[in-house]
Amino acid sequence: MGGTSTCWVRQLFLSSIGKKSVMAVTGLVLFGFVVGHLVGNLQVFIPDDGKKLNAYAAFLKANAGVLWGARIVLLAALLAHVGIAILLALENRGARPVAYRVKTYREASYAARTMIISGPLILLYVVYHLLHFTWGTVHPSFNHDDVYHNVITGFQQPAASAVYIVAMALLGLHLFHGLWSMCQSLGVNHPKYNALLRAGSAAVASAITIGYIAIPVAVMAKLLK
Amino acid sequence: MRITLHIWRQKGPHDAGRLVTYEVPDASPEMSFLEMLDVLNERLTAKGEEPVAFDHDCREGICGTCGVVINGIPHGPRAATTTCQLHMRSFRDGDHLTCEPWRARAFPVIRDLAVDRSAFDRIVEAGGFIGVNTGSAPDGNSIPIPKKTADLSMDAAACIGCGACVAACPNASAMLFVAAKISHLGLLPQGQPERFDRAAKMVARMDGEGFGNCTNTRECEAACPKEIGVEFIARMNRDFLRAGVADRPEKATAGGA
Amino acid sequence: MELKSNVPEGPVEKKWEKHRFDLKLVNPANKRKYTILVVGTGLAGASAAASFGELGYNVKAFCFQDSPRRAHSIAAQGGINAAKNYCNDGDSVHRLFYDTVKGGDYRAREANVHRLAEISVSIIDQCVAQGVPFAREYGGLLANRSFGGTQVSRTFYARGQTGQQLLLGAYQAMERQIGTGMVKVFPRTEMLDLVLVNGAARGIVTRNLVTGKIETHTGDAVVLATGGYANVFYLSTNAKGCNVMAIWRAYRRGALMANPCYTQIHPTCIPVSGEYQSKLTLMSESLRNDGRIWVPMKKDDARPASQIPESERDYYLERRYPSFGNLVPRDVASRAAKAACDEGRGVGPGKLGVYLDFADAIRRLGEKTIADKYGNLFEMYERITDENPYKVPMRIFPASHYAMGGLWVDYNLMSNIPGLYVLGEANFSDHGANRLGASALMQGLADGYFIVPYTIGDYLAKSKLEKVGADHPEAKKVEAEANERLKKLLAIKGKRTPDSFHKDLGKLMWDNCGMARNAKGLETNLQRIPELREEFWKNVTVLGAGEEFNQSLEKAGRVADFLEFGELLCLDAHHRRESCGGHFREESQTPEGEALRDDQNFCYVAAWGFKGDGQKPELNREPLTFESVHLTQRSYK
Repeated sequence: MGGTSTCWVRQLFLSSIGKKSVMAVTGLVLFGFVVGHLVGNLQVFIPDDGKKLNAYAAFLKANAGVLWGARIVLLAALLAHVGIAILLALENRGARPVAYRVKTYREASYAARTMIISGPLILLYVVYHLLHFTWGTVHPSFNHDDVYHNVITGFQQPAASAVYIVAMALLGLHLFHGLWSMCQSLGVNHPKYNALLRAGSAAVASAITIGYIAIPVAVMAKLLK
Repeated sequence: MRITLHIWRQKGPHDAGRLVTYEVPDASPEMSFLEMLDVLNERLTAKGEEPVAFDHDCREGICGTCGVVINGIPHGPRAATTTCQLHMRSFRDGDHLTCEPWRARAFPVIRDLAVDRSAFDRIVEAGGFIGVNTGSAPDGNSIPIPKKTADLSMDAAACIGCGACVAACPNASAMLFVAAKISHLGLLPQGQPERFDRAAKMVARMDGEGFGNCTNTRECEAACPKEIGVEFIARMNRDFLRAGVADRPEKATAGGA
Repeated sequence: MELKSNVPEGPVEKKWEKHRFDLKLVNPANKRKYTILVVGTGLAGASAAASFGELGYNVKAFCFQDSPRRAHSIAAQGGINAAKNYCNDGDSVHRLFYDTVKGGDYRAREANVHRLAEISVSIIDQCVAQGVPFAREYGGLLANRSFGGTQVSRTFYARGQTGQQLLLGAYQAMERQIGTGMVKVFPRTEMLDLVLVNGAARGIVTRNLVTGKIETHTGDAVVLATGGYANVFYLSTNAKGCNVMAIWRAYRRGALMANPCYTQIHPTCIPVSGEYQSKLTLMSESLRNDGRIWVPMKKDDARPASQIPESERDYYLERRYPSFGNLVPRDVASRAAKAACDEGRGVGPGKLGVYLDFADAIRRLGEKTIADKYGNLFEMYERITDENPYKVPMRIFPASHYAMGGLWVDYNLMSNIPGLYVLGEANFSDHGANRLGASALMQGLADGYFIVPYTIGDYLAKSKLEKVGADHPEAKKVEAEANERLKKLLAIKGKRTPDSFHKDLGKLMWDNCGMARNAKGLETNLQRIPELREEFWKNVTVLGAGEEFNQSLEKAGRVADFLEFGELLCLDAHHRRESCGGHFREESQTPEGEALRDDQNFCYVAAWGFKGDGQKPELNREPLTFESVHLTQRSYK
């Protein structure tokens, strides 16, 4: 019965918990990308003047099916993540039409309260990032076939590096709340593992931020040339 | 002790409302917060000014009627305490206290600090029960329930329905209230037959009442006078998702003889 | 007037079974043609409304609270009795019956109490099935504890929140019926008066507390489950909203008020801290299971408890009542505390308090066990007093807590007005002159789940009821009177607040009609209360308008009724020149100062009938006969 099925899908995914679970699942996909991308990027540190990194980039390009498959999944996840975030934010704003004159937070972390700010900023950064390193539009000396070169010359500009460092700090903040929140939204919460989950979220978020920031810092410090 | 109050005065649901300042120069640390408001109201009445409307009943922290947001915190600064059980010793001489009603679209203000929380009743009506009729019950001891399970269920059942979770949530979400009821019943063997259906129905009604969405800030847990944790929200999420993904759609059945 | 109790014939243990068979039934298809109005949504009201709905009646339920879940049953802490004998300690229906009749000081109707004991067993089953999370043993079976006035463990509990959990069970059952459309609830709605048509209860006049709208609701029967009147003392453990209005208005329309002088003063409440005190907080008397009550031997002993050596402490309950010790019934414990304070041996500010000490229990069982049993009560105590009861003994003092008196009802729970049923604390009840702990919840649920659903059907099946709408001349008349009264309150524009009158009334009641009463004090009240009432109607001030949310107006209406009711309470206390249960008449005591009952002259229910303003109410007597339990002087020694 097709009628029933569309009905339950809509019911599930437009419910408050359904929307949260979509945020969680798409967040997980994007998180997976962030981790994979970092692992790829860290090859920049292999002291072979970028051979491995460029080879990795070439490998991806050679397998267009995989690359585009991943890109489509990511794009879909991103669109869903952003679209539902906007929907949630609008609903949440509407749920309290008159604001408190005085509001004190007791438990909510800074990260949790600023998801709706860190999120759009990271999105803006992603656009810039694509213009910078994928299409090269805003890159000073972009070379389609030499990723290593692009990274080094790109980060030799202090302004570009600063943008990256700030953006990665925001990403860390976003993940700090996002990772734990993702588990909670999908129902993963157990008194035995909660402390581990909280600490683990913080550790992974920090590790990712440090890992990404290490690249522009290394370039600026002339450790990478 | 001298207390300066900035109290939200609002004639009715459609009035704009504003903060009005009152002085209580002689509050006693042994008084409860509501007794301090009583003293203020008696004086206002004697002066011919209309007293501040606020909801309250049992004044022992169990009925869930009272609720004032004091300096931005529902039920005030003391943890695990309802407004009626908050004593003035929690404040200092000379303090300024801003008193506001629970603020949420789903809780329209009736007057001053009193709000309409009937949305909660409608959520329970949607499925917050075990569907047994009077008289059909088996012996109370026929289903053993592990002590830990009964205790956890009781932790959730301790909810007094005050709405502080909604008031505290940056998004005015009612997740903690609904999760508490779903968990209370869903943990017990008696609640199993309707467990997933209950979650689906109660969440649907919650959404329909205009509450916001959960963003896992845990403000609700911090505000809850009965210390109900977000663990129950995770449990509700599981039950709800399981209902949405795995439950068979309801079929119209033909009536039998 | 002859009072027909309608108690069926036969041996006491067969009466209810026989009666249930004799009751007429309403055909399932006809039930939906009837509408029942239920006022009050506590244990009795909510359980009745839910059960009526399940049976197929149309129900309209009313409560003044903002949600039916907030009725004051919610505050009951300790537990609910049932003769399950799960503890294998010799309990039985007959023992619960016997304990309750004896605990009530032989002023309850035997047949009603036996029925209550029989039904107690089904209540637990029903509540478990509804998902009430009663305390469990490690093996998964239901846990029990003992309670004042009994020597067996038959009390089921859900932490210190038993009333809350039972009420949520009943409330949820009712919400389910709201979902099916059988029950319609009117929260924030107060009953102002009762509408009689051809002598039968056919409707109520209500005020919507949000909009101020006055309305008439009509139906085929009216069920009052509006709780007790302990707030006549101003300071009590009742919620601030608890009031006497519904049953008082019914009384003024002809229902009989039975035994109003039977009020219960609960022994374990937190003492008063100052003039501004708005209510008293009870702590479950289950605390007396492990706490030991004492005062210093010496008068005016100002030392802190820790510095008073064992040898200078008087554990007066253990000394005076060696077999029951700290577990004597409430009335005995309360009076003993008052006696100690009257001797100048009270503790704490104002010397109105006695110690409830857990030091021994903590030594014996460990702090953890005590915390498991009473943790939330200890927390509550600390929150209010800022003292840690794990370290220093609690201070407790008796407070007005429960009303055994109420509207007179027959075996079917119907008042002398046909079609007017009264349940729970609102009726004169099964507790006689004193209620045992953990019995109020039992009675409320017994009435609502298992008695009135049967008996109301009998009435409906036998009565020929014409259609009555809100436009009926009688309804219009009563509605106009209710309106008039509110207008009058708003028009006085005097100088004093309703609360100030309530406090004055409360003080008179506590001083002269509290734990101990004598003719002189009661006569003072019988003179002072009418004076106070007169001043009220000349000098009260109620601001705002009638057609809006107006808490002062609500309060004024309730105080006005308390000012009338208080006088009747004192009149009843004055006429009953015996001590029994919660009513201790100083003129009637044994040489050792224990209560002395007078079965020769007072073994009856006093049911008062309204004869008009300024007229003395008429006293009707329902003689009490005891076939299964022998009348003896209570002894807990």
